[in-house]
Amino acid sequence: MHVLDKTQIEAVAVHSAKTRQPLYAPRKKIFPKRASGSFRRFKWLVMAITLGIYYLTPWLRWDRGPFAPDQAVLVDLANRRFYFFFIEIWPQEFYYVAGLLVMAGVGLFLVTSTVGRAWCGYTCPQTVWVDLFLVVERAIEGDRNARMKLDAGPWTARKLSLRVSKHAIWLVIGAATGGAWIFYFADAPTLAGELLTGTAAPVAYITVAVLTATTYTLGGLMREQVCTYMCPWPRIQAAMLDESSLTVTYNDWRGEPRSRHAKTVQAAGQPVGDCVDCNACVAVCPMGIDIRDGQQLECITCALCIDACDGVMDKLGRERGLISYATLSDYNANMMLATAGGSGLVNPSLVRTADGQFSDKVAHFHIRKIFRPRTYVYMGLWSLIGLGLLYSLLTRDRLEVNVLHDRNPQFVTLSDGSIRNGYTVKLLNMIPEPRTIVVTMQGLQGAEMSVVGDDIPAGRSFAIPVEPDRLKMLKVFVRQPADQIRGTAQTFKFRVEDKASFEADEYTATFNAPETAK
Amino acid sequence: MSGEQIDEISGVSTTGHEWDGIRELNNPLPRWWVVTFYVTIVWAIGYTIAYPAWPLLHSATKGVLGYSSRNEVKNELTAAEAAKGKYVAAVESKTVSEIAADDALREFAVAAGGAAFKVNCVQCHGSGAQGSAGFPNLNDDDWLWGGKTGQIQQTITHGIRFATDPDTRLSEMPAFGDIITADQIAQVSAYVASLSGKVKDASLIEPGAKVFAENCVACHGDNAKGNKEFGAPDLTDAIWLYGSGETAIAAQVRAPKHGVMPAWIGRLGETKVKELAVYVHSLGGGE
Repeated sequence: MHVLDKTQIEAVAVHSAKTRQPLYAPRKKIFPKRASGSFRRFKWLVMAITLGIYYLTPWLRWDRGPFAPDQAVLVDLANRRFYFFFIEIWPQEFYYVAGLLVMAGVGLFLVTSTVGRAWCGYTCPQTVWVDLFLVVERAIEGDRNARMKLDAGPWTARKLSLRVSKHAIWLVIGAATGGAWIFYFADAPTLAGELLTGTAAPVAYITVAVLTATTYTLGGLMREQVCTYMCPWPRIQAAMLDESSLTVTYNDWRGEPRSRHAKTVQAAGQPVGDCVDCNACVAVCPMGIDIRDGQQLECITCALCIDACDGVMDKLGRERGLISYATLSDYNANMMLATAGGSGLVNPSLVRTADGQFSDKVAHFHIRKIFRPRTYVYMGLWSLIGLGLLYSLLTRDRLEVNVLHDRNPQFVTLSDGSIRNGYTVKLLNMIPEPRTIVVTMQGLQGAEMSVVGDDIPAGRSFAIPVEPDRLKMLKVFVRQPADQIRGTAQTFKFRVEDKASFEADEYTATFNAPETAK
Repeated sequence: MSGEQIDEISGVSTTGHEWDGIRELNNPLPRWWVVTFYVTIVWAIGYTIAYPAWPLLHSATKGVLGYSSRNEVKNELTAAEAAKGKYVAAVESKTVSEIAADDALREFAVAAGGAAFKVNCVQCHGSGAQGSAGFPNLNDDDWLWGGKTGQIQQTITHGIRFATDPDTRLSEMPAFGDIITADQIAQVSAYVASLSGKVKDASLIEPGAKVFAENCVACHGDNAKGNKEFGAPDLTDAIWLYGSGETAIAAQVRAPKHGVMPAWIGRLGETKVKELAVYVHSLGGGE
């Protein structure tokens, strides 16, 4: 040891070799074990329903008569129409879709503030497809231990054949997923035939190829990384959860201190919790986390750890719910109880009575907790938007008139001194049936309409056929005699009517005249 | 600071950077993320080789794929020309009245003629074809030289009083200031004005009618309805090229102004002229 120079500073480089972390690390593979229990059964059901909706919806038929497609759900991009069962949406009515998206957003807030990330755990396509891909993986390579062994083992013919068949089936699922997607945009049976005979449009094949690739990559290869690295929702959820939201929780207050040798520890007079540290919850986790570390970003709350733990608790003859859906406030209350006001370590005997039952002081979730101002607001907002959309949908016009007044020139003086204004009149027949629309002028004394390019005699009213589900554009000239003109800007109405259904719409237009016209 | 720093709560090592007590965790990126990053760099280099990119002294690298946005435009224009080829051919082979009678062809000709109008005609006739003093409004139903498609085509083709075209529409009203007296001019102006409106001094009308019958009927006709053969305007209607009222009429009688319109056939060719004729006819006053 030499004496330190006085100028020497005691410092260590922030990025010294000793402390340097790698900038990147390979993914650690996760081999989720098959879980069984009520949540797993519920997830199978949700999976069947969601996949069923996705794959089968384009094949549902809905009779709209001879002038519209009979596919129940169809996004007809070429003709700019969206069909959803009895609803048909024109591009200018896209606010219905926007409204549904707003409802989906508010609904997500509502669900998250009550039952946490239920969307992530049960219905998110990423979760559902990963689940489906895991089913394939388990069927071919076996459950967790077999898969881990296979993965660690050398590349044998067996391993190769298992891997090839697994990835092949994944690709088939991917292709089926991409294939189902395009059926929403064209007549499904026709397009299916074209796809198989190689006569479909290139964009169909490209879309299927892209979606096959993304489904295979995201569902088969990326899996939990999509949620952890790519998805914004895990970050947003922190703002959505509060102390009354249900989340998948490891109940330290009855589980700790965990021990694999409970009896030995108990015999030694030490406190021992319900957790036997069997790691069943870790083995089933598709995200590769340990729920006993507490609430964390990676947890999608799929509840499979609850099933795994409940199974173990049943075997041990203890109460279910060591891992359970619990709210933070209940959890905190129970922790206070178990730690004697937060002063000591967890002592599970504090939450139990002498006969081993849970004490009355243990807080349990009550359904009332769902109903609180926050969820009322979400629910109210959601319902209001929904009712608003419904009202608007039920009362919307299926016959419309839009009018564009010629601006250049605003008016034309004709040889007899009368004044003419030009209008582009658009008649919108928004039902899939041909209609005869009667266009009538209201107001503007003495004036008459004439339609350019049509053999309709000049007058104050004319009837014109409009094709089903189409817009008819007319160039209409309105002519008012000089002696009837009252001012430089008079207003009048174009009224359109379907005499058969009594539907009508009006447009208030302006008629311009020069100062000199009297 | 020494040794590896571990964040107590998360158990993750930190970078050692600290702001207001908040320390930066050092979670390594997933490897594929970094690989993707490098792949994008390689892709970008490949992209600049495949497509025009690197600036040189006077130009830029052309790119091995030979892509150019000018070619792209050229191809699109060629495709557009090809797409309207059959309409252009039909316009070429048919007469203007046939074009106007065919819905699809008329629609095409009106669009094409409208575009040509905005380039060649708006300087005098206005962007809405509304005209101005001395330049006729093409929207109305009063035509000096006729408002049928064929007549409009003739006017556009050869122009009006256009000296270098032998077939141009030609007419000239004499300057009556040298022929009749100032009193007679006042009388005939009052008479003409009275045909479509009120005049200040009704006593001038009767002698004015006499002056008109002696001097004007040859061109403007007994009933003053004009004659499209020589572009003589209808004097009974509400449309006045050089202004209405006795003063404006008197000025025109004394020393008439005569508008000139060029012959467009040499500049635009027959097809464009046909399209223009159909367009002008469609403005609302066509006969």
